Amino acid sequence: MTRSQLPEWARRALRRNEAWTFAILVVLVAYFSISAPGKFFTVYDITQIAVNAAIYLVLGVGMTYVIITAGIDLSIGSVLVLAAVAAGEYTIHHGAAGAGWFTVAVSIVIALAVGAAWGALQGALVATGKIPALIVTLGGLGAALGLAEIATGGQDPSGAAATHLQNSLGYGKVLGIPWLVVLAAVVTVVFGLLLGGTRFGVHTFAIGSNPAAARRAGIPVGRHLVKVYALMGLLAGLGAVMWLASYGTTSIAGHSTDNLKVITAVVLGGTSLFGGRGSVLGTVIGVFIPAVLTTGLIVVGVQQYWQDVAVGAVLVGAVYLDQIRKQTRERT
Amino acid sequence: MPDPLLAARGVVKRFGHVQALQGADFTAYPGEVVALIGDNGAGKSTLVNILSGVVQPDAGEITLEGRPVSFTGPMDAQRHGVETVYQDLSLAPHLDAAANLYLGREILRGGFLRPFKALDRPAMRRAAVQAFAELGVTLLDVNAPVGELSGGQRQSVAVARAVAFARKVIFMDEPTAALGVVQRGRVLDTVRRVRDRGVGVVLISHNMPEVLSVADRVEVLRLGRRVASFRAADSSIEELVGAMTGSLDEPDAGNGNGNGGDGDNGGNGANGDGGTAK
Repeated sequence: MTRSQLPEWARRALRRNEAWTFAILVVLVAYFSISAPGKFFTVYDITQIAVNAAIYLVLGVGMTYVIITAGIDLSIGSVLVLAAVAAGEYTIHHGAAGAGWFTVAVSIVIALAVGAAWGALQGALVATGKIPALIVTLGGLGAALGLAEIATGGQDPSGAAATHLQNSLGYGKVLGIPWLVVLAAVVTVVFGLLLGGTRFGVHTFAIGSNPAAARRAGIPVGRHLVKVYALMGLLAGLGAVMWLASYGTTSIAGHSTDNLKVITAVVLGGTSLFGGRGSVLGTVIGVFIPAVLTTGLIVVGVQQYWQDVAVGAVLVGAVYLDQIRKQTRERT
Repeated sequence: MPDPLLAARGVVKRFGHVQALQGADFTAYPGEVVALIGDNGAGKSTLVNILSGVVQPDAGEITLEGRPVSFTGPMDAQRHGVETVYQDLSLAPHLDAAANLYLGREILRGGFLRPFKALDRPAMRRAAVQAFAELGVTLLDVNAPVGELSGGQRQSVAVARAVAFARKVIFMDEPTAALGVVQRGRVLDTVRRVRDRGVGVVLISHNMPEVLSVADRVEVLRLGRRVASFRAADSSIEELVGAMTGSLDEPDAGNGNGNGGDGDNGGNGANGDGGTAK
């Protein structure tokens, strides 16, 4: 059966990159479910996978926007740490672990504001067009982490997270679903719809696809880039809140590879590093592939470190395919 | 002759030490295809960039329907009904035809979705299909990213975008440069159809046979000035090339530069304001 004989919806589905990544995810889940019947596909495992993935998903949503504009943000792990330290220091000076709800609320706002402001600053530098996003955010990676270390002397302060925050967002559940997962799902749906169905979304794609055309069409490219990087920073700030709630500490040294993990997930999900193409749905799939691999390999009794090997190979393959597609299009 | 639609008088533009335009004139009439030709460096692009709002002139006057205008940017020109089809087409290859058509002018949904600036994709798609039909263009797949379309179809999308919003003037910069014979014919048909709707079409082209076949009038730029204006029906390629390169000036030295050309045009019933070499 050739492609033209397929119904319209099937052809449209095949054109989407998510279709292929989703197929890989389905195959993985099926394989692990069959190899370890009743062990992999349990409520506990699914919940555990989702909780582990929640923070990466929130970061990945922001990164999807950034990469669609043909940008990159290497600083997210450091921005998360800086936002966590800012919120944590406030909490420590306002009651520490026993802090009240008001302190919790203020610390959340601080984390979000620090993240968004840092992102906006990086976005403004990228928007000048003088410094590549890679360098701006590489500088941001070092500077944000350095500021966090200066503020804390390099040690994770104790009492950075209020017990109220940990017991609610951190360990709490609604209808059996952890709040962290609910929050990540809401963020994903909201920003997925924003990207796919609004003027802000289509302008994001246009800027990554052809910035000169976007400018000529009257899109304020610079201002839009500031918003996109600020959104990334805001979500890194939200990630900081989720981290504090979940682990109760700032983990200053624990986020140096967040950027690589998140970029990997976004690219696995079919978002093009060259800009112009991608989706939040793809990123969801891309976040879950490494998460499913890790849990699955443990369940079937293979060393979980094979996960790193597998993800690395799939990532290189995905970008190779993307490059081929790009060249095919430019030839026509 | 009706009143000029878009006119430029004595436009001057310097880039550093280079004087790209030294008092250039230009006139476009409604319902007319006017070709703007000139050798490389004659100032065509600068003049078009000024008339379409991309670049601001140092001196000179531009009038649209008799009223003086000064465009602050391409968007300002577009608000006045002046559109441009750029040589590189200026499309976003990853977006579909409808999204490209409405890029920067998206149709938004009303009701409770209004504050979110949600796109009304069905409305944009319907309007896009209609816009292409008006140009006699059938797109194989309206949902395909324009990067996957053929060169001719991409060109059609760029032209359709300009046509859909141009109420007065369209500039087309080398619209057929990258096209095959059949596609070229379609684009030129489109140019004529747009003209017949009363819009002024300004065609920038290096292809002299094409200029003569599609343009009603030809204006020639040389060294930053308008040196001649021909009626296409009464002109030959040799005349156009002569005016572009200045080689026609020399034999008429006794009459003063280019006055011979002026006389020729006048005699042929060409537009009276052209044809001077100074």
